[in-house]
Amino acid sequence: MTTVVRKEDPRLLRGVGRFGDDQQRRGQLHARIVRSPLAHGELRSIDTSALDGGVQVVTAADLPGDLRIPVRLSVQGIDLNEYLQPVLAADVVRYVGEPVAVVLADDPYLAEDAAELVELDIAELPAAVDPGTGRTAAEFELGFGDTGEAFAGAAHVVELDFEVGRHSAVPMEPRALLVDVDPASGALDIFGMTKVPVFNRAVLASMLDVDENLIHVHASDAGGGFGVRGEFYPEDFLVPWLAFTLRRPVKWTEDRSEHLVAVNHSRQQRHRIAAAFDVDGSLLGMRDDVLHDNGAYCRTHGIIVPELTLAMLPGPYRVPAYRGRITVALTNKTPCGTYRAPGRFEGTVVREQVLDVAADRIGIDRVELRRRNLLTPGELPHTRAMSTLGTDVVLDPGDYPGLLESTMAEAKRLGYLSEVDTLRAKGRLAGLGVAMFLEKSGLGPQETADVSVSATGAVHVHSGGTSLGQGIETVLGQLASEALGVDPSVVTVIAGDTELQPFGAGSWASRSTVVGGGAVHVSALAVRERAVQIAARMLEAAEDDLVVRDGTIAVHGAPGQRVTLAEVARACQPASPFLLADEPAGLAARRRFEVEHMTYPYGAHVAVVELDEQTGEVRILRYLVGYEVGRAINRTLVAGQLMGGVAQGVGGALFEEFRYDEAGQPQAITFMDYLLPTAAEVPGVNVLISENAPSPGNPLGVKGAGEGGLTAVGAALASAVRDAAGITGSVERLPMTADRVHRLCDMRGETETT
Amino acid sequence: MKDVHLISLSVNGNEHELVVESRRTLADMLRHDLGYTGTHLGCEHGICGACTILLDDQPVRACLVFGVQADGCEVRTVEGLADGDQLSDLQQAFSDRHGLQCGFCTPGFLMLAEAYLSEADSSADPESVREAMASNLCRCTGYQGIVEAVCDVARSRHPAGST
Repeated sequence: MTTVVRKEDPRLLRGVGRFGDDQQRRGQLHARIVRSPLAHGELRSIDTSALDGGVQVVTAADLPGDLRIPVRLSVQGIDLNEYLQPVLAADVVRYVGEPVAVVLADDPYLAEDAAELVELDIAELPAAVDPGTGRTAAEFELGFGDTGEAFAGAAHVVELDFEVGRHSAVPMEPRALLVDVDPASGALDIFGMTKVPVFNRAVLASMLDVDENLIHVHASDAGGGFGVRGEFYPEDFLVPWLAFTLRRPVKWTEDRSEHLVAVNHSRQQRHRIAAAFDVDGSLLGMRDDVLHDNGAYCRTHGIIVPELTLAMLPGPYRVPAYRGRITVALTNKTPCGTYRAPGRFEGTVVREQVLDVAADRIGIDRVELRRRNLLTPGELPHTRAMSTLGTDVVLDPGDYPGLLESTMAEAKRLGYLSEVDTLRAKGRLAGLGVAMFLEKSGLGPQETADVSVSATGAVHVHSGGTSLGQGIETVLGQLASEALGVDPSVVTVIAGDTELQPFGAGSWASRSTVVGGGAVHVSALAVRERAVQIAARMLEAAEDDLVVRDGTIAVHGAPGQRVTLAEVARACQPASPFLLADEPAGLAARRRFEVEHMTYPYGAHVAVVELDEQTGEVRILRYLVGYEVGRAINRTLVAGQLMGGVAQGVGGALFEEFRYDEAGQPQAITFMDYLLPTAAEVPGVNVLISENAPSPGNPLGVKGAGEGGLTAVGAALASAVRDAAGITGSVERLPMTADRVHRLCDMRGETETT
Repeated sequence: MKDVHLISLSVNGNEHELVVESRRTLADMLRHDLGYTGTHLGCEHGICGACTILLDDQPVRACLVFGVQADGCEVRTVEGLADGDQLSDLQQAFSDRHGLQCGFCTPGFLMLAEAYLSEADSSADPESVREAMASNLCRCTGYQGIVEAVCDVARSRHPAGST
């Protein structure tokens, strides 16, 4: 496939994209959120007497009722109403950063000054920082088969504890909202809301008690999403509500320090996992007990990260018996939600570490152990008696062992294995990491798209997905152009405008190409069909005799007899002689695409690392991602997703962590303490994109590509560090910071004690 | 009482005269007073580099400079790189190498790369480019496309033997 120029690139490269903070309105007010400085306490009073007259302040007492942020994704029938976050804290504050008031001023600098003059009287209460001391919000089990029997009859049982540190997406653009208001009707125009704009509009309409059509969320550029941006946060009510109430435009832009305590955290879990094997190393069963730190509240994601952790833990392996149990603990820390590859980043490192330790214990090569236990093509589709995200886990066809083979062959061809040997021969602490993973993508139930052709022949696609940097405009444009037989350059894609596409389900769960793409595909085909019907009337030919190509419709064998798509569009306008009396005008179609089950991409990561025994530094020398994507609509973008995912994974595996002190004070509130990997830490990444297992569940055969670059990075680097350090147990914890790796090096060669 | 100053500066060759408060950052002044919203703010404490611009040809974090400090200076921002719709060689290389996804950090990387390229010669190798680009943060691309794009332009602007 030829490389397609990204539709997003020209405006972004010229600096004329439209991000959340890029617009202004005459008479706008600037909002600044006053946040709790304490992790837990009784909020006794809020003193605003130091503020001057030009500034307005809003507290919980001013809100229309006790408003809480609802759960977007309800799972396992568990009621979380008791744990929902209030829009503004009224009596109790539960984490540092919790919104308690909003200050409004004509100037953002003045708003910030004023916010600092708001005096909060908070009686401090003991903070639950360790999830083991937190309140339990939910507890549940998923599984199948008889694990008791599996473990009783096992030749080898490997059990270990593993902890994943709290970290998150940290997109480069902090959140921002601009809400304009029509002073007469109160109609709101919102810029900066993304990911799930149609859902957010419905939530906002319900909280404001207005018809949803009074609210128009506009498509905008977004500086990275990765799961956290675009969920409905307290500010997503406060800013529109203030504009609606005051009948003035209100603008709010978050600063980075706020972002790091306000936006969803993720990942923090403690696992005790056990795997049972027969004498040949075949898996008999797995069990995992997980303690999940959800922070102070259950937000829009409810408890889907815990659920996905359990549901995806068996991964691509043949596991006859499995039981996962999870406890969702509430602590006095920032609430948690999904971050790219939620539950899978965590579960994959835990499971793959067990396999590495088991391979050593049983005396089998790591790759061979995996090979023996991967589900074979003949065993797929494979149903696991579990559900996640409200859908049954049915693994669609694929070739897991085949991908492992091809990835290992590629690693060998690229010299990964010999590089490890060469370094070791020089006495260096080099190691090879291998990890296999299963992803999920294409969550339904539906996506809707509108495709239309205007009188100039320009094609318009209005999709419910949203542009978060992933290149959705390019991909959907390609799909529309393929189905309609036009050049991609004549296609304009608007993604995430609630007026242009009121039935969109948004961009998340690696669903946009699969479900959103499917909707564009069927809508564009419907437009094509209609165009052929009208062209047949124009050309006085039979529809079956028409050929659609290069923006024209011609009579087969008579190339002179042709009409352009623009001419057909004009022939669809009112008063056209080619329209029948009862036909609506316009060359357009709206179609819905539905999927019953998700589609499950899979892959393997291979890493070569070298450890510095003195400093504890982990140098990533080589990195390979093998990934089955079903069909790549745009290979460049798939590769980009995989490479970018690896970079984020490197952060979570080695550097990034939201640490707290014993009082619940966050220790990472700037980029000085929260360390994102730079070009110096992220290696060049090799990718092997496989298109061997098209998904049968959608007409394009695609599987999602958004998360698989990240899913197994923790696992592959843990495997590599373990191999380099030569330890017999697991690496025990992510991130593998320098001090931790330094200690692992000290453990080198120690015999296992447990 | 606001402490304000009348300053003049040139941005991408356009002369501007304006009154700014002494505490207003150059980034806010460019974005909100002068409308150059291509310069983005990712951290406001000088780490991420999204707001990198050229101040008298030197790359600086516009969030760490006050507007008044740019009095009498020449500023170059991302909006000055293209010639109308025609992308510069560097912008084109970023597109060709898929060196951007969400595009938020991109203006900062482009200006950082411009400064680097003005001093680099044909010997600019991927390692030194990678080290230079490590000044800024990107959360989408994994940096590979950025490094390749800058290497491409280093080669095309400074053919071997031309210096």
